[in-house]
Amino acid sequence: MLRDAALVAGKDLRLEWRSRVATNQVAPFAILVLILFAFALDPDRGILERATAGLYWVTVLFAALLALSRAFSIEAADGNRDALRLSGLDPAGIFLGKAAAVAVVLLALEVLLLVGVIVLYNADVHGIGLLAATCVAATAGLAATGSLYGVLAAGLRVRETLLPLLLLPVAAPVLIGATRAFEDAFSGTTGEGWSWCVLLAIFALIYTVFGVLAFGPLLEES
Amino acid sequence: MESVVHLRAAVALLGRFPALAGVDLDVGRGETVVLQGPNGAGKTTLLRLCAGLAPVASGEAVVLGHDLVADRKAVRRHVGLLGHQTHLYDELTVADNVTFWARAARAEASDAQAAMARLGLDGRLADVAVARLSAGQRRRTALAVLVARRPELWLLDEPHAGLDQDGRDLLDGLIRDATAAGATVMMASHELDRVQGLAPRVVHIAGGAVTDDTAAPAAPTEVAHAP
Repeated sequence: MLRDAALVAGKDLRLEWRSRVATNQVAPFAILVLILFAFALDPDRGILERATAGLYWVTVLFAALLALSRAFSIEAADGNRDALRLSGLDPAGIFLGKAAAVAVVLLALEVLLLVGVIVLYNADVHGIGLLAATCVAATAGLAATGSLYGVLAAGLRVRETLLPLLLLPVAAPVLIGATRAFEDAFSGTTGEGWSWCVLLAIFALIYTVFGVLAFGPLLEES
Repeated sequence: MESVVHLRAAVALLGRFPALAGVDLDVGRGETVVLQGPNGAGKTTLLRLCAGLAPVASGEAVVLGHDLVADRKAVRRHVGLLGHQTHLYDELTVADNVTFWARAARAEASDAQAAMARLGLDGRLADVAVARLSAGQRRRTALAVLVARRPELWLLDEPHAGLDQDGRDLLDGLIRDATAAGATVMMASHELDRVQGLAPRVVHIAGGAVTDDTAAPAAPTEVAHAP
């Protein structure tokens, strides 16, 4: 399973390296969203600063939708889903590999967006450790849920519009937890940031286990 | 002769429509069988059923010893399917694609290299993105994937389409080599002149059923079962 996961993740990351979709399309889109939030809320600078954590994670969520849609549209093209079924790859390995590749892309985007909020929103970062742990846990959760719903939507003609409808409600706990943890990290308070981070990790673990078990049947039926 | 494909009254549905309406067919190891019939006759569905992709709605279907009614997934890693789609990632290079699918099938990187060389895809072409290939080169890349996977059962749907004369000759050579090595080939083709030299046996399909079999095996075959 892990061998297959590494093979699929390597393929997806190589595909990203050659196509540069994340760097040329997803990243500029995410930065643009941050800028638009700044335009919309700039008259009251206080709101922008107070809402930085939430705006950051809403932007990450939008970017994740694009990254996930891309990750599964490549499997829908040219009959590649059939090829995956015929390949002999362990479905659980395919799930882990695709989720890992999405997570790597999202983590890179999150670093970029963090620089964005520091520059555009004057965000002060006090808890680097909490920020990093939150990013890893929240990204794992987004990648796992996204890969699960991505394969579910992949076989349908309406996949581009269906994926956000399926994923956003499920990803709401990630948005809430990551925002709360980031608020603590930005403010430097010793509140419940780490508790939210642990909750995010549990969410990621549950969906990863669920994905390992369910991806095969979903790949078969999609 | 050991039967690699054994179908009895096999039915496959496309939605509610019976794309295969009770197919009886036995194909022995090392045979090359050409499926002929009009568009919509069920040739592609038959190939997909043998690949374990299309479910068997009723009847018997045993392929490479695997009962497809009980479990149609187990047979998949042993078959190679080349259909109208080439199953390639556009942004990846020829070498990336062949190596990925070969490694997915537990083949060695050297198998991928050898397959690319056999199909004339080594050298400069190996590093070209598939999106930039001509239709014929793309088809050759798909064939290289097939060769690198070393399947026991080749399922080819109009395999000569899109290939130039050299490519067609190359494909014929691959099929002969594969069957000589013990693999079995089933292919749907409208080009009877082309494939007659390859396959003494032509199976005609119409309305989802076998209507004629020019060289059916004389004796009932022994159906192998996977352990």
